[in-house]
Amino acid sequence: MSKPRTIIEKLWDSHVVCEPEGAPALLYIDLHLVHEVTSPQAFEGLRQRGLKVRRPDKTFGTCDHSTPTTPRSLPIVDPIAKAQVEQFEKNCKEFGIPHFGFQSKRQGIVHVIGPEYGLTQPGMTVVCGDSHTATHGAFGALAFGIGTSQVEHVLATQCLLQRKSRSFAVRVNGTLRPGVTAKDIILALIAKIGVGGGTECVLEYTGSAIRALSMEERMTVCNMSIEGGARAGLIAPDDTTYQFLHGRPFAPQGAAWDAAVARWKQLPTDEGAVYDHEVTIDADALEPMITFGTNPGMGIAISGAVPDPSALSDAVERDTLKKALAYMALEAGKPLAGHPVDVVFIGSCTNSRMSDLRAAASVLKGRKVNPKVRVMVVPGSQQIKREAEAEGLDRVFVEAGAEWREAGCSMCIAMNGDQLQPGQYSVSTSNRNFEGRQGKGGRTFLASPLTAAASAVTGTVTDPRKMLS
Amino acid sequence: MEKFTTFESSVAVLPVDNIDTDQIIPARFLKTISKAGLGDQLFFDWRYEADGSPKADFVLNNAQAKSAQVLLAGDNFGCGSSREHAPWALTQFGFKAVISTSFADIFKGNSLKNSLLPVIVPREMHAKLMEQLKSNPLAKVSVDLASQTLTLPDGSTCQFPVDAFSRTCMLEGVDELGFLLKHDIEIGAFEARAQGALNTLSVAL
Repeated sequence: MSKPRTIIEKLWDSHVVCEPEGAPALLYIDLHLVHEVTSPQAFEGLRQRGLKVRRPDKTFGTCDHSTPTTPRSLPIVDPIAKAQVEQFEKNCKEFGIPHFGFQSKRQGIVHVIGPEYGLTQPGMTVVCGDSHTATHGAFGALAFGIGTSQVEHVLATQCLLQRKSRSFAVRVNGTLRPGVTAKDIILALIAKIGVGGGTECVLEYTGSAIRALSMEERMTVCNMSIEGGARAGLIAPDDTTYQFLHGRPFAPQGAAWDAAVARWKQLPTDEGAVYDHEVTIDADALEPMITFGTNPGMGIAISGAVPDPSALSDAVERDTLKKALAYMALEAGKPLAGHPVDVVFIGSCTNSRMSDLRAAASVLKGRKVNPKVRVMVVPGSQQIKREAEAEGLDRVFVEAGAEWREAGCSMCIAMNGDQLQPGQYSVSTSNRNFEGRQGKGGRTFLASPLTAAASAVTGTVTDPRKMLS
Repeated sequence: MEKFTTFESSVAVLPVDNIDTDQIIPARFLKTISKAGLGDQLFFDWRYEADGSPKADFVLNNAQAKSAQVLLAGDNFGCGSSREHAPWALTQFGFKAVISTSFADIFKGNSLKNSLLPVIVPREMHAKLMEQLKSNPLAKVSVDLASQTLTLPDGSTCQFPVDAFSRTCMLEGVDELGFLLKHDIEIGAFEARAQGALNTLSVAL
């Protein structure tokens, strides 16, 4: 009998084209997603070498990062962003790559549209010039972010030179309590292993609490794998996965569907397979999480207090925490709950899908946002925007006093006009609280859509469990 | 890509853990469609006041540090976003190597493709170098990729790990794409087995 393998090893083994002597393996890529920010220099490289895109049929584009979330009837105000979006559309046309342009009714965040249209499937290798590509791992795909040189490599050859990653099992057992979400699982994991804890690893999320998650929730968990330093994060496919995918435009149809499901069922990790690392999280013990500092590992339970740098023995670690608290203008030992908030951002590839919007709306329905707070709700795609409007969620948001915007990365990356002012505090459902990430001088508390919506109502960091209906 | 040769240089010291690529180059500078001018935007928000004047206490504004080709940083350097603009900005500023106790994966891979050498040293060595630079900020280190050796100002040496293939590419000044393109036949054969399906897993399981 052959050696038991993890899903990570199965994905790797099935995509190795060859292993040249003295070099990393050539890994074949099934799906390459491109967007406007990390691709222009790669297309330019192809032109300089006179190369074409090897497999435009395995490549798909959308604009999202520098794309504004103002009404589509308005032009792109920033001339540099406008030139970038136009160059992206021109590149896709020139090289024959299917794409959703700025005016497309299907445009959206790259990690939202892949699953939405069934492009992302179990067993695939998926790459994109974006570190949150691990989102697609929720389908049992090996999905990871790459740099622009590698974008050019994949465009030209459909392959990457890769070394095999180590495997890291993240077992989340038990049941989430009311008000505790997928976002809180991943924030708790990163707080536990640190922002470098998963370096050189692919994470596999397993356990009863993971199995109980919907596909959208699984995407939230996998999305932030990079924030724990991991190359990728994934979840073995199951009936939840197949039900989500069935009937989507790019999913196999008819007999091909049955054959695909039969193949996908062989993917989960074999009994007795060994991982290089393991960590266990007790879902029952989790509380809503919130970050206090300037990286996603600086997170605490919402009932907790800001940690004290003087408790750390390592000098660089101590100075790093001191620097973070100075930037955030927070005092060690004080609780975060009750801290004033200027902006609430609900959106990003982490939390902009229907279930995220429904969660936020469940808190905001029949309530008003605090008049001192600007609240932005940004759907992940034009398709989600239409679905939310069909359900009346847009009216819940607008009646509560929030802005309902067009699809895009928005204030997660603050390169599209949506940004914090210096010194402002946000509660944000996005994935990064780095200094200036949401605008120069801006200060970010990362949290779930429930926590963000509850904080919008009170105008301070608020435990959403107080507002659950 | 230029050939990477042994060099000696002073060191700019930035002793902060988990420096993310948003600090190395803020996202608002990523709207460009070229690689030009990114060196001016390196560490922009740490380097400049709101009015555009240089922050006197930031290391890269120190006249001596401006000529440094080596950056000494804290643990897990380059975490966060996959933007290759980060190594582009560092090399355009003039850096040829970054020394840390560890690097984030994507940043490390991006750097090796741009002739920026990530030098990984043990904690003791990192602390020792910090100490020596504290007493003599102008002291020089030597970086030798061929022998994978870092030489500290006091003459003590330390071996650092580098992916063997990346090392060859850097020493010979060749890029990975040329190597990949030579495997067209193998890639074609793999695709023939996969029969054009989006999902190639069918042939391999």
